[in-house]
Amino acid sequence: MPKITVNNKEIIFEEGMTVLQACELAGAEIPRFCYHERLSIAGNCRMCLVELEKSSKPIASCAMPATEGMKIKTNTPFVEKARKGVMEFLLANHPLDCPVCDQGGECDLQDQSLFYGMDNSRYTENKRQVKEKYMGPLIKTVMTRCIHCTRCVRFATEVAGIPELGAIGRGEDMEITTYLEKSMESELSANVIDLCPVGALTSKPYAFEARPWDLKKTETIDVMDAVGSNIRVDTYGREVKRVLPRVNEDINEEWISDKTRYSCDGLSKQRLDTPYIRENGKLIKASWNQASNLLISKLKTFDPKQIGGLVGDLADLEMIYSFKSFFEKCIGSSYIESRRDRIYLNPQERINYIFNSSINGIEEADFILLVGTNPRLEATILNARIRKAYVKNGVKIYSIGDPGDLTYPYKNIGSSTSVIKNIVSDSHEISGKIKKSKKPLVIIGESALYSQAGQYVFETLKSFLVEKNFIREDWNALNVLSQQASRVGAIDLGVFLISGDDNFNFFNMLDNDDFKFLYLLGADNISFDKKDKFVVYQGSHGDKGAEIADIILPGAAYTEKNGLFVNLEGKLQNAYKASYPPGDAREDWLIFKDLANLMKKKIGYQNAQQLRKLIKDEIEKKNKKRRY
Amino acid sequence: MSIKKLSKIQPQSFEFSKDNLQKAEEEIKKYPKDRKASAVMALLYLAQNQNDNWIPLAGIKYVANLLGIPYIQVYEVTTFYSMFNLSPVGKYFVQVCTTTPCMLRGAKKIVDVCKKHISKNQNELSENKTCSWVEVECLGACANAPMMQINQDYFEDLDENKTEEIVQSLLKGKLPAPGSARNRKSTAPEKERKTLLQGKNA
Amino acid sequence: MLKDEDRIFKNLYNDLGWDIDSAINRGDWIHTKDLISKGKEWIIKEIKDSELRGRGGAGFPTGLKLSFAPKNVSTRPHYLVINADESEPGTCKDRDILRFEAQKLIEGCLITSYAIGAHTCYIYIRGEYVREGQRLQEAITQAYNKKFIGKNACDSGWDLDIHIHYGAGAYICGEETALLESLEGKKGLPRLKPPFPALVGLYGCPTIVNNVETIAVVPTILKRGAKWFASLGKPKNTGTKIFCISGDVNSPCNVEEEMGIPLKDLIEKHGGGVIGGWNNLQAVIPGGSSMPLLPKSICETITMDFDSLIKAKSGLGTAGVVVINKDHDIIKCIARIAKFYKHESCGQCTPCREGCGWMWRMLERMADGEGTHKEIDLLYDVTKQIEGHTICAFGEGSAWPVQGLIRHFRKEIEKRSHEEPLVKKKSNIPYLIDQHILEKDNA
Repeated sequence: MPKITVNNKEIIFEEGMTVLQACELAGAEIPRFCYHERLSIAGNCRMCLVELEKSSKPIASCAMPATEGMKIKTNTPFVEKARKGVMEFLLANHPLDCPVCDQGGECDLQDQSLFYGMDNSRYTENKRQVKEKYMGPLIKTVMTRCIHCTRCVRFATEVAGIPELGAIGRGEDMEITTYLEKSMESELSANVIDLCPVGALTSKPYAFEARPWDLKKTETIDVMDAVGSNIRVDTYGREVKRVLPRVNEDINEEWISDKTRYSCDGLSKQRLDTPYIRENGKLIKASWNQASNLLISKLKTFDPKQIGGLVGDLADLEMIYSFKSFFEKCIGSSYIESRRDRIYLNPQERINYIFNSSINGIEEADFILLVGTNPRLEATILNARIRKAYVKNGVKIYSIGDPGDLTYPYKNIGSSTSVIKNIVSDSHEISGKIKKSKKPLVIIGESALYSQAGQYVFETLKSFLVEKNFIREDWNALNVLSQQASRVGAIDLGVFLISGDDNFNFFNMLDNDDFKFLYLLGADNISFDKKDKFVVYQGSHGDKGAEIADIILPGAAYTEKNGLFVNLEGKLQNAYKASYPPGDAREDWLIFKDLANLMKKKIGYQNAQQLRKLIKDEIEKKNKKRRY
Repeated sequence: MSIKKLSKIQPQSFEFSKDNLQKAEEEIKKYPKDRKASAVMALLYLAQNQNDNWIPLAGIKYVANLLGIPYIQVYEVTTFYSMFNLSPVGKYFVQVCTTTPCMLRGAKKIVDVCKKHISKNQNELSENKTCSWVEVECLGACANAPMMQINQDYFEDLDENKTEEIVQSLLKGKLPAPGSARNRKSTAPEKERKTLLQGKNA
Repeated sequence: MLKDEDRIFKNLYNDLGWDIDSAINRGDWIHTKDLISKGKEWIIKEIKDSELRGRGGAGFPTGLKLSFAPKNVSTRPHYLVINADESEPGTCKDRDILRFEAQKLIEGCLITSYAIGAHTCYIYIRGEYVREGQRLQEAITQAYNKKFIGKNACDSGWDLDIHIHYGAGAYICGEETALLESLEGKKGLPRLKPPFPALVGLYGCPTIVNNVETIAVVPTILKRGAKWFASLGKPKNTGTKIFCISGDVNSPCNVEEEMGIPLKDLIEKHGGGVIGGWNNLQAVIPGGSSMPLLPKSICETITMDFDSLIKAKSGLGTAGVVVINKDHDIIKCIARIAKFYKHESCGQCTPCREGCGWMWRMLERMADGEGTHKEIDLLYDVTKQIEGHTICAFGEGSAWPVQGLIRHFRKEIEKRSHEEPLVKKKSNIPYLIDQHILEKDNA
């Protein structure tokens, strides 16, 4: 193993590391602006200068490959002088507007100038003024503050895959902009806000909303898609001010989609903060007692066979489990379903409905086939991984169906099921390519699994992969791309209704008007004929579901409760409570517990710990069932 | 170098003439097949020449599409290099070198002549709309200082009077013969030449 | 003075005709096949023995540079790139080679390409040299027609294509990695080194970048022998060099002379003397704008070669000699150079982007007599903060002329400054104290 000496301390480093990485390994902190682990090396800020023995000039540690026997010093007056010089240049044309800058308090330039800045400025010339650039509704620009590190340009080109940012002009007049100030089109665009080391790019919706030191930070999980991006929710009082990404190498690295980042503004709009009861066709406010009593008395008037329940997209496991227990133990019905979009499911084993290769596995793949999916919209972060695999390994990508621009090149090989037929019968051009590949990846999207044809698509592809031995212990090429945060968890907990050959039993019953009482658990995106059905809606927002409801029970949104989520890979993750539900709204599992108490039935748990244990046992059981 | 201003008046569309398209294809052929982007500067020159010495936005898009590279990359290139004009210049585009070697030999007087006869400020069209002038950095003809470039030709060994003659001629719509104003032989010393005498006498 | 027969560029002033037949008459393209048949090792060894140093400014040994190219061509092709982006103020030598001695360059391209295993050669010529480029293209076409280049060039069995690529007005593209970026159709931003272009250059392939003059002298060196070339000039500073004499001389010109010629000889003999006589000399920039100036006292004795000029804290650079006499304001002259660098900085890395404009603005004020004594030290600090902290050598190039000015003409600036310092002696107590430095000392 190669060795390097940093500040007289000899350490072993990995081949291919830069001096900066080696120094960090040795515990020496190196200031930097342009360098970022996940972007290409620009080496342009010159802040990371270190002293290399026998070199008359200081070297930029971020760009210099570490080699055997190097002797590096990071704490000498020579280094300090060099860095101070660079810092003086950075500050020369940087405005002193920290008090009105949204980056204040979490600004790299602020932090580092504490160590390398002078306490007065020797720059007496006029400071540079740069015109603001329009970059769309999400990104606010104050380009005078820009220090030209080009992180944003590199992010747009390399990670987001949409080269729309650039540095025009040259020298001290260089400016970062989009082409003719068009707004950024990438669905990952707002990550440049986090990347910007100064306040040049800040969040437009968050502008002047709060100061970072005033915010309470809660590390939790995103529910806007099934990826389960790790996020940090910043709250001021009970208001969620912003959502930021959190590093998780296995899932979102350190990016989040713009949807994840900015959906939080919906947490203060159209909230259900009190129960409602429909009287004479009008929804009127009610107390919990009134609503619960009405619900229970109504339940008694129906045969359990007439009662159905539907789980929505954002439900956590506590919610789903307690809903299921409530149905089974208190109502005596098992007519509950979570697949509101009628996609085919083979519940026999867990590998049938999760993303088996894992998100990290995408980077190892040497062949990718997309079947009826647009990962760019359905799982933005996962799409960024596919792009990374393309950039890093040049993996060949094919698609059945035309999803449009995915930020990487792929070949569209048709959009009918006959293509699949050809592939599995070895008569398609890519059949051989799949066979030859070592780690292929087949990603089946929900639109391919929709309704009856879904069975053919799924079972054919699966048996093809089994036959070619691509479903093994060490590599499983079968992947289903779920779109809803609740989906995999709900199926793990058995919330689906399949009877024999009828994969869509619940919906057939719904269409046949078999249900007279429908319990919607945060399920909004469903269309059915209400007729004389009695509808209960329990959820956080007053949307379609609440509109048709006869009783509304206000629940908590995803930032307002502790909850478990299973992401599309089948990973169990904890979401934490960052804020409180508004008004009289309550955490959903508590609602079911109290309803059960009112009905004098046993639901099986008394507190959150007990509930969690039950859930985890269930998931564990599912996980063990995996067979190869 | 300050950011170039885009012309407010932009043509709706741009495409290469048949002739230029052929030239563009030849330029692209110079480079490996998957490295078409290398031809971007050559193509921008073609666009500039075709469009009265400036590149319209439609031209930037056209070149980008032709080479299959992002608009922003072509835009970056046009703003980075000083020779691409993004707004109209005169039919006779006078570039006066004012860097130290020319400055020592009187470039300021040349600038004054331009100010007096063409326009008060740089990058402005003359009254009859045919000329514009600009101060530029070293043009690489220091042994023949002071000098200026008009369109593609160098005018060297200038003085005040000679420059005035040239500028007057331009304003009348005539490009004088390029080269040394004193009929000097390339960069050879004018007086007491001591080298390559055999050649001189040949 | 160098004898005419030892001059390599016999047609420097276009006395003899630039066309290929005239060039052949002068000895170009003779024995080219034989030279190539002696093999790569021989060519590189011969260039090493001649001690030829790059003529583009840095003076790196050319033979050594050529030997950096991988010996065997793998799947990645090798490239030869000729740097004809001559933009250094005070320099106009390559222009004459392109116009009048293009065949020497083309022949050099063939031999060098063969030596490094390249089948494609790009000549990156500055965009302003339109006419020179057209002339060069004609010369290349003539060489193609004579089958000197192209398939089986000169019957040597080696294929070589030469293409011209025009720049578009960016001094920085004379920096070899910026040139490669520009050649790839991007902005000319210098690349980080390592990796060096010899291994990862144009399109990620091994690439050797050389100046026009360097490559143009290669055929003559091989034909007349390394010994002959090494016998001219001084040890390690061998051969001949085209000097460009401009500024305040009676007869500005380009002239090919022996390396190590005394500067005074160069100015007096070839340049026709300083305007107003030798005693009217104020300073000389010996190697293009980025080299620090030399005051008259040093000019008396200095010889023009890499090593002696480095000793005098300047450099030979491109050998563009700019003479400044006492009729001109030396501060203004350097301020103009600073403006040039401010205009040409690519803006990629911090010290140069922010420092060049700062230096220029201070110098302009100093020239107008609005500077202060304190600012001279500040200016010097700024140059030191740029120097050595940048990606490419532009940082040095912009800082050195200013350092030269302060080194030799500090009195002149002080005289003009309006403000005398109140405390003449430097006190030892820093009036500003960095908290964390104190902490470090206490720790």
